This record gives sequence, structure tokens and C-alpha cells, in this order.
Amino acid sequence: MSTSTRAEEGDVQAPSKDDEVPPAVTERSVPKPVFTDAEAGAKEFPSWQSRTFNYFTPAKRRATIYEDVTVDIQPDPERHLLQGWVYGFADGTGGYPQEWTELKSSNWHKFLDPNEEWEQTIYRNNANVVRQIGQNLAQARGARAFDAWNRGWIKTVERHVGAWAHVEHGLGMHVFLPANRDAPTNMINNALSVASAHKLRFGQDLILYNLELTEDVDGFDGSAHLDAWNNDPIWQGVRENVEGITGIRDWAKACFVALCIFEPLVGELFRSEFIMQAAAPQGDFVTPTLMGAGEGDAAREARVARALYGMLANDEKHGEENQKIMDGWLREWVPRSLEAGRELQPIWSQPGEKVIRFEESLEHARGRQEELLSEFNLSAKEL
Amino acid sequence: MSRSSITKAHNKIQELSWDPTYVTPVEKYSTDYTFEKAPKKDPLKQVLRSYFPMEEEKDNRVFGAMDGAIRGNMFRQVQERWMEWQKLFLSIIPFPEISAARAMPLTIGTVPNPEVHNGLAIQMIDEVRHSTIQMNLKRLYMNHYIDPAGFDITTKGFQNCYAGTIGRQFGEGFITGDAITAANIYLTIVAETAFTNVLFVAMPGEAAANGDYLLPTVFHSVQSDESRHISNGYSIILMALADERNRELLERDLRYAWWNNHAVVDAAIGTFIEYGTKDRRKDRESYAEAWRRWIYDDYYRSYLIPLEKYGLVVPHDLVEESWNRIWNKGYIHETAQFFATGWWANYWRIDGMDDSDFEWFEFKYPGWYDKYGKWWERYSDLSKKNGHAPICFDADTDYVYPHRCWTCMVPCMIREDMVVDEVDGQVRTYCSETCHWTDAVAFRPEYKGRQTPSMGKLTGMREWETAYHGYDLAECIKAQGYVRDDGNTLIPQPHLDLDSKKMWTLDNMKGFDIASPNILLNEMSKEEREAHVSEYKKGGPAGRKERPPEFALS
Repeated sequence: MSTSTRAEEGDVQAPSKDDEVPPAVTERSVPKPVFTDAEAGAKEFPSWQSRTFNYFTPAKRRATIYEDVTVDIQPDPERHLLQGWVYGFADGTGGYPQEWTELKSSNWHKFLDPNEEWEQTIYRNNANVVRQIGQNLAQARGARAFDAWNRGWIKTVERHVGAWAHVEHGLGMHVFLPANRDAPTNMINNALSVASAHKLRFGQDLILYNLELTEDVDGFDGSAHLDAWNNDPIWQGVRENVEGITGIRDWAKACFVALCIFEPLVGELFRSEFIMQAAAPQGDFVTPTLMGAGEGDAAREARVARALYGMLANDEKHGEENQKIMDGWLREWVPRSLEAGRELQPIWSQPGEKVIRFEESLEHARGRQEELLSEFNLSAKEL
Repeated sequence: MSRSSITKAHNKIQELSWDPTYVTPVEKYSTDYTFEKAPKKDPLKQVLRSYFPMEEEKDNRVFGAMDGAIRGNMFRQVQERWMEWQKLFLSIIPFPEISAARAMPLTIGTVPNPEVHNGLAIQMIDEVRHSTIQMNLKRLYMNHYIDPAGFDITTKGFQNCYAGTIGRQFGEGFITGDAITAANIYLTIVAETAFTNVLFVAMPGEAAANGDYLLPTVFHSVQSDESRHISNGYSIILMALADERNRELLERDLRYAWWNNHAVVDAAIGTFIEYGTKDRRKDRESYAEAWRRWIYDDYYRSYLIPLEKYGLVVPHDLVEESWNRIWNKGYIHETAQFFATGWWANYWRIDGMDDSDFEWFEFKYPGWYDKYGKWWERYSDLSKKNGHAPICFDADTDYVYPHRCWTCMVPCMIREDMVVDEVDGQVRTYCSETCHWTDAVAFRPEYKGRQTPSMGKLTGMREWETAYHGYDLAECIKAQGYVRDDGNTLIPQPHLDLDSKKMWTLDNMKGFDIASPNILLNEMSKEEREAHVSEYKKGGPAGRKERPPEFALS
């Protein structure tokens, strides 16, 4: 800010009486910059080069940003927490009890999210998906892509793709989100938060797609998905599955059932094996791009499942017992999810152009599940 | 992007939720509050399609500023006094943030309103953002600031230092106990709506004045998410107020939450702003002035009082007493003195106050020098390593090491206000009547004759000194890990001089025993205890053994 007056600037003429008197200039009160030389390396003294977080051992030689910003934020009395949890529930339980799941680990902190999600990755990935979907829809509209859809396919999208949005929302809001409170480490809970955000975003992607189509496609019934989800027998098995998973109190069980049973046997079955295969022959190149985004999210969550349940199944001390428990979960839930998947079978017959048989789709889905389970030394083949 | 308006989109996503019919929802977290289904709206119409790109843009700005700070050698201008206190602040704050993410299931599980659930789910992701972006800021400080010691041990230090529990309750309190008490009243209605103003707005302003413009960059970005969180909390409290049965619980919880937030946040942030700065311009806002503006006017008068018309019983007496503690009872000054007397139990360096500090304090808090000036002069004298004991163990300082408050875990520094009571078979000390009430009355399974089975409990070893009772000081510091990489020099120092010859070492700490005031109190006979408490309450200000006539209580 200038503090000079006109006279100081060389205007030597005396001001006439008509001139306004220059306002008094007061110096603004602002903090003064001070040279402190407090940058790294300015002096040498004990620990002057100690520039890594030293309270955990990184998985590799150097800690990743993900590890630095995630490890040990959630305290643990078995690590550095000196005075125990200072608040408890009514029964005295505090913090993040390991007993909130039946599974056991010699070291829960060993789990690191293979996707290394932290704030920068979360927003980059999801914002990219949002942009991708937005651009696809804009171009599809510009190319009048929806005009090519046959009536049967419009019905499929309005009822069944719309119904699937509820699945994603239900799992995101009432399975993964609550689980983010329950696991014993910050690394697991953050991964579950991100899974929740993916599911919620994808549910919204689908339902807002439904809104776009309602506006763009003649005769598209934007409320048909509600009837399908609430009343159509085809969807009641899926709905029962989703509601059932939300009713599981054990966080590791709920996530195992969602990620290792329901997702392969129902999620992939519908998204990959039906929509991704059947849409293009009906003239629809748009819906698969949305489903592809959901599949991309699901693949990220599958990596989390592999790392987490693989760690537990192969735990030196508790692995065998954990495998037995997970096997019990498979026996309880695989038949239920298989049945829900099978109840979707009529959808495969609805499009005018038949592309893939339901049994073939189911076989693929089961194959992928077997591949996943084999990493935990488990199998659901005979179920 | 879509042609649909945000309103249309927001209305449409409401179709996603449904009432389960095949399974009765499992009660994961409980509350004693009752909610009838009420169509409360989310006035901010939060939709993920617009949320993610917006946050990505905010992130890009933050990361751009970080790059700029490094290229521009920001650390040539930062004040070491300021940066040292960031070793404490940035070790605490990612935990409350992530705890807030973990708190969202509590409200989603107990408040029957899908529209509000949607906002709470977005808040969960916000909180993951806040926690990790703050850790990343600290990582940058560790890499580029002159003294990385203390940043390098950050999270471990927070979990075992003598101030850790004070900060930790501002996090654990969000995730345990009655779901609404914890995740709505304590977290959103009080912590986020009131106290983030001083945390994330007033404090970053002070950072900038001390040459650190990254803290404002990150924390203002964080604060810009808080308005959505405040809106979530507001919708829920209006729902709670709609049911008469909740009124008593709301009154209880607001009293607890207000007082605890005041005790914790004002102690910590007040100290950072007043004692962590080198900016002594007389017209810069003091913490007391900032509190009056951000908390008293903007929160209490503009947000809380208008809720009275919906039946909320506002704790006017506690708001006024908080101010009384800050303005008349020296709450922040007593806290800063407590931190400094225990400089050896921390993982940052605390320098003494000098003449320009004295002048500023006297100007902003008339009478400050008579109360605290001599002690700080003595602190500077004793900061020099020349064979004497650390100040806490020096008999010549007229400072009585304080008892801890069992509830808020901040010491009972306002001596005359201390309450002593036997609760759950143990003699406990409390900083105030309200903290005594919190433990003895509020956090119990019955309140005013009604069952409150969901209410939480105060647990754990609540007094740091108990953990090291009987330890030799050097052994305690070693056990905590607050030693530099030469194996002898301490991370904490009572000055900012990095000349290794002037830095205190483990060798200087040998031969001093740590004692827990609470253990000693419980070991006393009844008569001894009464005499001790009576004498203690006659002490102060500034921890004096006896209150001089000029500071006589009115």
C-alpha cells in the first residue's frame, strides 16, 4: 500500500483551496515478515535429519504417502496407546475392540489397502468417474443414441438397471458405512469408508441416469424401478440378500458376505454377465459405460477383500480357525446368494437379441468367485 | 454434465432408500433418544456427482499451495515458536477427524431419516479427507522445517504424552456411548458448529502471522466442508426437539458437551494462539477476543439461543462461566504454564516469554504480569542447562503441581474451583462443578429418575502421572521415546536454541521422581486429605502455594 502523498511524488504545485485535502494515510497493521532461517538443513544437531515417521515399520523399504497418512491414526492399546480408551459404551467397551468380529489376527495392523486410498486418490478417482459418465451421456444425447433402443430394452433399463441402484445404495449405506466404525485399524476402516463412497456414488450414478432417460426417452418410466425393487418377484431374492447382509452385526462377516459371496454371485452376474454383454446388441452403448464404472469400483473392493481375508486366512496362528469360520459363512450365504442370482434368470430372456445364456453367465461368475476363494484356501464349488 | 438441476437430482436420489421388510434392522449403536419419522430436509442438497469434482478442485488448490510453499522457501520465514506447537496440534487433530468419520454410523443407525443419512455419508468421506490431508501437511513440515524431531514421532507421541488424553477425548467422545450424545450433540452441535471456528479459522490466521501460510490453506479448505456438517447436525437436533421425551437428555448433553469442549479446545487452542505466536501487534485479536466473536456472538447468540424457541434449554450459566474462566480466571494462561512446567514430558520445544510478550499480555489481559510474569522470568532462567533441576522439580518456583480433572483431564488449575469427591470407590478431583456432575451424574445409566442404558462411561487410566508414578524422570522420558537420534539429547527443550551443547539430555534428567497427585491423594488419611485440599484451594493464581492478598477471591 502506498503511503506517499502527491507532494512527495514531485507535484510541487501548492494545492488550491478547491483541492480536497488528501486523507490522512495510516499504516495498516499487518504482521511483518521475519527472516528466521528455519528451513531444513539450516543447522546440524541431534535428529536434524530425522525426516520419516518412526513409529511404524513400512511394508517396503520406504513408507508410501498412503502409509504415512494412514497408519496409527486410530490408536491401539496393543501399540502406542498408554492410558487406554478414555470413553466407553455402557458396558465399558471402548475404542475399536477386536472382538467385534469372530475372526482373529495375530496382527491386524498388517493389512494395508492395496489401492492405497487417501484423500487425493479418493477425489481423483471419483471425480474422473463423474466426468467420464457426464461426457458419455452428453455425447450419447448428441448422437441421439437412445433413439436406437428397442422397447424391450427400454423396459429392461427402466426396471432392472434402476432396481440395481438400490443394491448399490443399500450396501454402501448400510453395510460398508457402518463397518467403517467397527474394524480394529485405521487402514481397514478407511478402505471400508472408500468402499462405501464408491457404492453410494454408483447408486446415485444409476438413479440419475434413470432421471436423464426419463427426460430424454419417450415412454421411459422413471418410477418403474421402485415397483421392480419392491414388488417384482425377480428382485425379491436380491432385496432379501441385501437386507440380510445389513442385518449382520459382525463387520468382517458382513463385508465377507458382501464382497466374496454376493458381489461375485449376484453383482458381477448382473453387471458384467448381463448388462455388459447384452446392452450393445440392443443398440445401447451407453449403459455399459456406467456399469463399467461400477465394475471398476468393484474390482478395487475385490483387491481389498483379497488382501484382508487373505491375511486372515493365512494367519500363522489363527488362519485355520479363520478358514473354518469363513467356510461356515460360505455355507450359510452362498446358497442364498445363488438363489437370488437364479431368480434374476428371466431378465436374460427379456431382450430381443439374445447374447448369452444365463447358465453360461452364472458359470463365469462362479468361476471368478472360486478364483477369489482359492486365495483363502476355500471353495464353494459343492454348494 | 447433466442438464438436471441439483434440486431435481437431489429429489431423485431420495428414491434410493427403502424400508426393509425381510429383515429387522440390527441395532448396532443405541440411543436413549426417541425419533419419530420426520421429513426433515437436507437444505444443502448434497449429491455425490457434484461433491467429488468440487472436492478435487479444492484439493488441487491445496496441493498447489504446498508446492508453492516449498519452492518459495516458506520455512525461511516461519517462527519456530509457532512450528513447535504444531507438533502437538497436528498430532492430535487427525484423530478427531477420523473419529468423526467413524461416528457417522452412530447417527445413521439411530436417526430414521434417509435424506439426512445421505448428508452424513458425505461427511464420512469428508472426514477421511481431513484426517489424511492434515497428516500430509505434517509430513511436509517434517520434511522441510529445521527441527523434525517431534514430527517424526507424532502419532506415538500423541498416544503417550501427558496432554494426549486431553486431546483424545475430543475424538473418542464422538464414537462411544449414546449415539446421539456422541455423534450429534458432542460432535456436530458443539464441536463442529462452535469450536471449529477457533480451531480452523482463528488459529490458521495466527499461523499466517507467523509465516506459515500452509496451515491456513489446509484448514480453511477443511473448514469449508464444515458448513455441510453443521447442516447435518441441525436437522437432527430439530428432529430430536420435536419429541418432548428428548428434552431432558438434550439439556444434559448440551451441558456436558459445551463444558467439555470449552475445557479441552479453549485450553489447547488458546495456548497455541496466545503462547505460540511471535506476532505481538497490539491490535491483533487475542484468543479472548476471538472467542467472544466466534463462539459467544456467532455461535451462542446467533445459533444456540434461537433454538430456545423450539424448546432447547441452553446452558447460559456455563457459557458465561466459560467466559469467566477465560477472562477472569486465567484459564489459558494457567494451561500454558502447565505445559511449560512439564516441558520435559512433551515432544516439542517451549521457549520462555520475553519482554515483548509481557507487554502484549499486559495490554490484552491487564494484571497478567503480576500473576504470571515472575514465573515466566524464572522459566527463562531455568531453561539454561547449567546443573539445576528442570523447573517442575525446582523448589524455588512457588508452583504446586496440579491435580488432574478426572473428567476433562485438564489439570485443576483454577485452584479454588476444584471439587473432590469419592466416586466409584476412588477419591477423584475435578476442575469444576460441571466436570464433577459429568462423571457423577451425567455419564450414568440413570438420569433424573429415568433409565439411560445407552449412556457411555468414562474409562481408562485418566491421569498421565499415574502411568509413571515412581519413575525416575530420565526413565520416563526414555520409555516415552522422546529422545533424539544420538540416544541422549531430548526432543523436548525449554528453549529454541538448537546448539547441541545447550540442549538438555537424559543425563540432566536423572534423579527426579515422578509422583501422581491422585495416587498420593488416595493414600492420605481423611484428615490429611481435607487439609491438603483446603490448602490446595487457597493457592493460585499461577500455581502459587498460597493466594496473595492482591488476588483475594471476591
